[in-house]
Amino acid sequence: MSNFNKDGLGNILFVAIAVCLVCSIVVSGAAVALKPAQMKNRELDQKQNILRAAGMLPADSNVAADGRGVEELFAAFTARAVDLDSGEYVDDVDASSLDPIRAAKDPAASRALDDAEDIATIGRRENVSVVYVMEGEGGIEKLVMPVRGYGLWGTLLGYLALDGDLETISGLGFYDHKETPGLGGEVDNPKWKAGWVGVRLYDDDHQPAVDLVKGRSAAGSPAAAYEVDALSGATFTTRGVENLVNFWTGELGFGPFIKNLRAGA
Amino acid sequence: MSAAPKEVLVDPIFNNNPIALQVLGICSALAVTISMSTTLVMCAAVIFVTTMSNLAVSLIRTRIPTNIRIIVQMTIIASLVIVVDQVLKAVAYDISKSLSVFVGLIITNCIVMGRAEAFAMQNGPLLSALDGFGNALGYSVILIAVAFIREPLGSGTILGFEILPTTANGGWYPANGMLLLSPSAFFIIGMFIWAIRAWKPEQVEEAEFEIASNVQYREAM
Repeated sequence: MSNFNKDGLGNILFVAIAVCLVCSIVVSGAAVALKPAQMKNRELDQKQNILRAAGMLPADSNVAADGRGVEELFAAFTARAVDLDSGEYVDDVDASSLDPIRAAKDPAASRALDDAEDIATIGRRENVSVVYVMEGEGGIEKLVMPVRGYGLWGTLLGYLALDGDLETISGLGFYDHKETPGLGGEVDNPKWKAGWVGVRLYDDDHQPAVDLVKGRSAAGSPAAAYEVDALSGATFTTRGVENLVNFWTGELGFGPFIKNLRAGA
Repeated sequence: MSAAPKEVLVDPIFNNNPIALQVLGICSALAVTISMSTTLVMCAAVIFVTTMSNLAVSLIRTRIPTNIRIIVQMTIIASLVIVVDQVLKAVAYDISKSLSVFVGLIITNCIVMGRAEAFAMQNGPLLSALDGFGNALGYSVILIAVAFIREPLGSGTILGFEILPTTANGGWYPANGMLLLSPSAFFIIGMFIWAIRAWKPEQVEEAEFEIASNVQYREAM
C-alpha cells in the first residue's frame, strides 16, 4: 500500500463505479422488497379516504364505531368506471385500476376545458372517471366520487359522497391539499366537514347550487338548505371548494351520470 | 485528532450543537416541527442517515479520491435517504405523507454532509458513527423542543392528544396560527440560541467590529 495513489485515475474510476454499484443495489433492494407493503398502504389509504368522505369511518381511527375495519366496510362498495360525457357506466374498463388524475393528463383520454367551463381550474378533465357505489336493498345508498379543484396554493384532491337520493351530500373530505395550516387547512377540520352532511346539492332546475357563505340564511329558509359555512380567513380556499363541488356535480362532471341514475331509479 | 468517544457523542448536544452553534440544518427544523409525531419520525430518520453515512464514509475514507469525495459522500447519503423514505412509506404511511418532501430533503441537510466531510473523512469508523449519532441527537433535541412549543400553542395538542382545548373545538384556548407557520420556528430557535449562550457564554462569538463611540456629537448639534 506504500505506493497506493488514491488520486490516480484508476482508483477514481474504481471508487466511483464501486460506490454507485453498492448504492444502487441497496436502493433497488429496498424498493423492491418494500413495494408490496407500500402498495397495500396506498390502497388502504384510498379506501379510508372514500369511507371517511361517506361518513362511515371516524377521522382519527381506522375502525368504525361498530368495530368493523376498513376492508370490511369497503367491501360494501363497488368501483365502477363512468363515462363523464354520456353519464353511462363503462364496463370494459377495470375501475379498480383506473386513475382519473393520470387520465386527465393524457390528451387521448381527456378534454381541455376553456376558461368559462373550468370553474374548478383543473385544466383538463378525464373522459372516464370512477365512482364508488354502495347498493342496498332499495337501490343506491351511497355514491362516492373523486373531486378536485384549485384552492389558494394548489389543487385540493378529495372525495364527495352523496346519499341514496342523489341530491343530499353525505360528506366531503380532502386527502391532499396545500392550503395554509390553520386557515385554508381547516378544510380538514371535522367540525367544518360535519357542516356538509345533509346539505342539498341541486336546485329546482337541477343545477348544482352549493353555496359557501359568511353568515347563514335563517334556518328553514329555502336558501339555507344549500349553504355551508365559509372558512374564516380563507376566501380563496372557500371559493375553490365551492367551485370544485359545483363543477364535479355539474354538466361537465358527474352531472349527466347522476341524472341518468335518477331517471333510472 | 483523537477525541474521547464520550465527548464525540455528547459534545454536539449542547456544547457544539449543530443547530444552535453551527446553525446548520435550519430548513427542516422550520418545516417539520408543526407536530410532534412528524418531528420524532424526522429525528429518527436523520439519526439513522447521519450515523450510517458517517460510518460508511469513514470505512472507505482512505480510498475516496480527493477530487470526487463530495460526490461519493452525496451518493452514499442520497442512497440512505431513499432507503429511509421507502421504509417510511411501507411502515408509517400516514406520517410519510405528512413529511412528504422533507424526508427526501435530508439529502440536502447540511448536518449530514457537514459531518461526513468534516469528521468522517479523518476519523475511524466507530468514532465517526458516534459523531454522526451525537450530532443528529443535538439536532433532534432542538427539533423536539421546538415542536414541544409549536404543537401545543399552535394546535392545542401534543402527539395528537388535546391538552389546550382550542376555541375551534369548543374550548377556551384561541390557537395561535403564527406558530403553525414556518417563521415561528425561527423565533423559537433564536430564543434557544440565546438561552444556550446565556448558559454557556463561551459560545458567544466575538463581535467582528466595534462601533466607535461618537466623539463629535457637538458638531451634530
